[in-house]
Amino acid sequence: MIQYILLLLPLISALVIVLSSQRAAKWIALIGSTAALIAAAIFAVQFPHWTTGGFWPDLNTAPILGNFGVDLQIGVDSVSLLLVLLTVFLTPLAIAGSFSAITMRMREYYAWFMILEASMLLAFMSRDMIFFYVGYEFTLIPMFFLISIWGGPMRGPAAIKFFIFTFLGSVFTLASVIFVAVRHFDSTGTWTFAIADLVKFSSTQLSDKEQFWVFVGLMSGFAIKTPFFPTHAWLPLAHDQAPTGGSVILAGVLLKLGTYGVFRFALPMAPIGAVECTTFFAILGIIAILYMGLVCWVQTDIKKLIAYSSVSHMGFVVLGLFALNPIGLQGAVMYMVNHGLSTGALFLCIGMMYERYHTKDMEQLGGLVSKMPVWSFFMIIFTLSSVGLPGLNGFVGEFLSLMGAFVAEHDQPSGYPGVLHPWYAVVAALGLILGAMYLLIMLGKIVWGNLREPHGDAHTEHAASELPTDLNFREIAILVPIALACLAIGLYPKPLLNAVEPCVKEVLVNYPAAINAYNARRGLVNPSTPVKSAEATK
Amino acid sequence: MSSFLPMGPKIAVLTPEIIVFGGSVLVSIIGLSRSKTLRKSVPLLAACTLLASLVALALGYSTEAAEQAGVLMPHFNKIIKAIILVVGIGLVAISVGHIDRRMEDAVARGATTFDPMRVVRGEFYAFMLLSICGAMLIPGSPDLIWLFLALELTSLPTYIMVAMSRGTRRAQEAAVKYFFLGAMSTAIFLYGFALIYGSTGSLQLTTIREVFADQTGRGGIDTLGTTGLILCILGFCYKLAAAPMHFYAPDVYEGASNPVTGFLSFIPKIAGFAALALLLSTVGWSGHAGLSETGTVISGLPAPILATLWMICALTMTLGNIGALLQKSVKRMLAYSSISHSGYMVLAIIAGPGLGFEALLFYLISYGVTNLAIFGALSGLQKRGEDVESFEELSGIGRRYPGLAAWLAIGSGSLMGMPPLLGFWAKLMLFMAGIQAGHTPLVIIAAINSAVSVWYYLRLIGVPTLSPPGTSSDGVIKGPSSWPRFAGAVAAVVVILLPLFASRILGNSADFTPVRPASSAKPVPTTTQETPREENAQLALHCSPTRL
Repeated sequence: MIQYILLLLPLISALVIVLSSQRAAKWIALIGSTAALIAAAIFAVQFPHWTTGGFWPDLNTAPILGNFGVDLQIGVDSVSLLLVLLTVFLTPLAIAGSFSAITMRMREYYAWFMILEASMLLAFMSRDMIFFYVGYEFTLIPMFFLISIWGGPMRGPAAIKFFIFTFLGSVFTLASVIFVAVRHFDSTGTWTFAIADLVKFSSTQLSDKEQFWVFVGLMSGFAIKTPFFPTHAWLPLAHDQAPTGGSVILAGVLLKLGTYGVFRFALPMAPIGAVECTTFFAILGIIAILYMGLVCWVQTDIKKLIAYSSVSHMGFVVLGLFALNPIGLQGAVMYMVNHGLSTGALFLCIGMMYERYHTKDMEQLGGLVSKMPVWSFFMIIFTLSSVGLPGLNGFVGEFLSLMGAFVAEHDQPSGYPGVLHPWYAVVAALGLILGAMYLLIMLGKIVWGNLREPHGDAHTEHAASELPTDLNFREIAILVPIALACLAIGLYPKPLLNAVEPCVKEVLVNYPAAINAYNARRGLVNPSTPVKSAEATK
Repeated sequence: MSSFLPMGPKIAVLTPEIIVFGGSVLVSIIGLSRSKTLRKSVPLLAACTLLASLVALALGYSTEAAEQAGVLMPHFNKIIKAIILVVGIGLVAISVGHIDRRMEDAVARGATTFDPMRVVRGEFYAFMLLSICGAMLIPGSPDLIWLFLALELTSLPTYIMVAMSRGTRRAQEAAVKYFFLGAMSTAIFLYGFALIYGSTGSLQLTTIREVFADQTGRGGIDTLGTTGLILCILGFCYKLAAAPMHFYAPDVYEGASNPVTGFLSFIPKIAGFAALALLLSTVGWSGHAGLSETGTVISGLPAPILATLWMICALTMTLGNIGALLQKSVKRMLAYSSISHSGYMVLAIIAGPGLGFEALLFYLISYGVTNLAIFGALSGLQKRGEDVESFEELSGIGRRYPGLAAWLAIGSGSLMGMPPLLGFWAKLMLFMAGIQAGHTPLVIIAAINSAVSVWYYLRLIGVPTLSPPGTSSDGVIKGPSSWPRFAGAVAAVVVILLPLFASRILGNSADFTPVRPASSAKPVPTTTQETPREENAQLALHCSPTRL
């Protein structure tokens, strides 16, 4: 029951917002999203499979196209639940962060925001392929409006580019899903779109060639959403132009829909196809890490810099995912959560600064620590978390992803061989240096140094608005929970890692055999499982 | 084989059409009345006629009687008729007040004197009903002559409707163009009918089916028959607005007034698809239930026909989409979009009976309703008594008329295939049918096309809601009647809510019993494939709508 309440709360608040007045909209949105947070917390407390893996609640179906196996099945495992928690945690903060920034068409803004939350939750909580797709795809509509109504000066092209890129890819994802469902029907005679059934069918019954194309089709959607290296063109513009709240959700949650898709669908559904493509995608991940790091280095717009850094950071997630061992996947999932927290917070900080100075240009700003010490404190924390400073959350995922890639060799005694090589991790680790470089340079320019403020648009002139020089109570109250979460995960990530581990192993269940077979074809035999690989080569 | 079918059951099966025809006679008579009130009631009368016909269809239609009367696909027949009637009521609603608008506006501006006899033109609705009647007759045709007459009955009134819908020259030009090209297409498929008659020696569809099945068993349908079938398909392409017979669509759609465009983009299309499905069902169509030796699914269509349809499908989707990308006028854009949707639906025809036909019917429902939402909103607006048809005129109207902008947005979202709107489920079914029939390449082409289509549908969402109002959108006001807007609103709500009841609609049309070649040595292993589908269909009947 609680799962339906969680799903419906944002929708109901959206409806109430539409019917309410402009002044009340933001408060209703805040109350609605906080209620969703509470509902999710109750849900998380009730969730029985934190350390054992598996889905909960188990049997709840509401048939939509019942005769074609499309049922509204809601249920989560611990990875989905972590992302659900991330969503409901960031949404109220992003809403509170929009209070002073959004001054026109407020009802629409907050209504779209709540609809966005509902569709993200649907995507993470659905156990039916089609409803995952419904949620996944419908996020485009609210985000399109958020960018194109309340965005920056280039909002029109940004919104359209965002929409078209993502839609283009996900059509192929849908086609792949349908292909698997049709094959399932052909061989069993029943229609189903339940994720568990299709994953089981697809990973064991499809031929190598079919798996390859299913994997390519699925990835073409997820790779654009994540985004992977060559398909990231929509992202910097969309992040840059979106209003603060939109950027927070876009970077914090929407990008994770892509990697979540890889984790939940692409990898488990087509192990043989995935192994074929692993090297390719791992290299794409490394290119993203390094190339985007270099691109970040030359940015002068802070928001664009953070946007490009997201692509670079997503490169680590990709590398972790394609390490195809538990360490790498755990790292990738951790990175998804942590990137959501730290990048979301960074966008919030930049938004707060932007409301005061009306510029995001690093050349015009400097030494803000003397004017805004509290803001600078938070900015430093979140930047360091993004850099991956040990003790803060960013480090955990980054380290595990790299370690996963490092041990992803053909002759692992752990029972989880890989198809990569330690060199992948070594090269990718250069990204850590680049990351530290561009983020610390940004920090050095805007936080420290001589005080520089934009001409003619000085702080004082705009102080006529209700905002004080430094952060006000509302803004501090937004940032403190994120900072605490960053610190807590950084210092004691073990509970999360334990929660993620069984799910990760579930995803990887078909991989050792597939990888050994692939490696054997390449002439690399895994000494620890000689019998298995010999079987697989037949 | 007697070519004279019993009269009694035939009339029983035709009650809905008879009601519609009677209604059209009544409407044309009342339309001549001297009393303006009476003439004003004409649209209502037309809608009531359609409603009465729908009731007659729901209560009086029996599959057995239809089969006895020579109807090849009784279930398909019923559902097509129902779709035509329901969407027809909406189409009547969106044309209320439209035909007279220019006149009223001219009187208001003092450009002309008030002439009571020209104010409400009832014959417009009479033609509308006649065309609907013709479309309803198509899926139940027992022979080719009937099919030909029904197709002509569908088309002829639409030529007049285009001409009388607006006073501009463009409308006259569109009507003439539409008429001449329509006559050419009629000649093409009539020639096809003649060749089919030459090949099979019969006009009865059941006989034709048997002869074709026999020919297939002896090594394939002969050249004469194949040529005839291909000519028929090409002729029907005109009704569907499918390549290579699609060139007229943008000009005609642009020339006609908005409600008539809405009519043209649906009624002839569903008529064409019904005719196409009917004709192809004579070709020994074993459908996707058949499995080849290697286990892959085969479509029972003969190779030349399959190839023709394949090319039509791919070309139509692609040309429609590319054309729509380049348009400045909303109506031309919608015309090209209508072309590309025909392409998607041809994919369902290729997929064949069973899942393919279910996808086709669902797609037709979805397309019809979505079309109503869009054309309802467009018909609800006017600028100095004229239609609103360019993107500039729509720019920023969402500020003044948020409802209309919302119907437009919902409609284009559904056409785009955005979940969870109706169009998404239709596309889902279509892709399922296509992949199951083994036409994955076509599905991929369709997927690429629907991704490309996002660009122009986004404009229809974005321009009214996001762009600032401009000079050309200043004079745009609400139309005189609120019926079009109301119909648009209802259609938009249906687009959102109907998916919840989709299981009730689908799974009822699997009534096709495939005819297999008589001399086929090995029976195709269909049992394993058929059983689950029947179970599914049964399940569907008992399936409750979703409960959250």
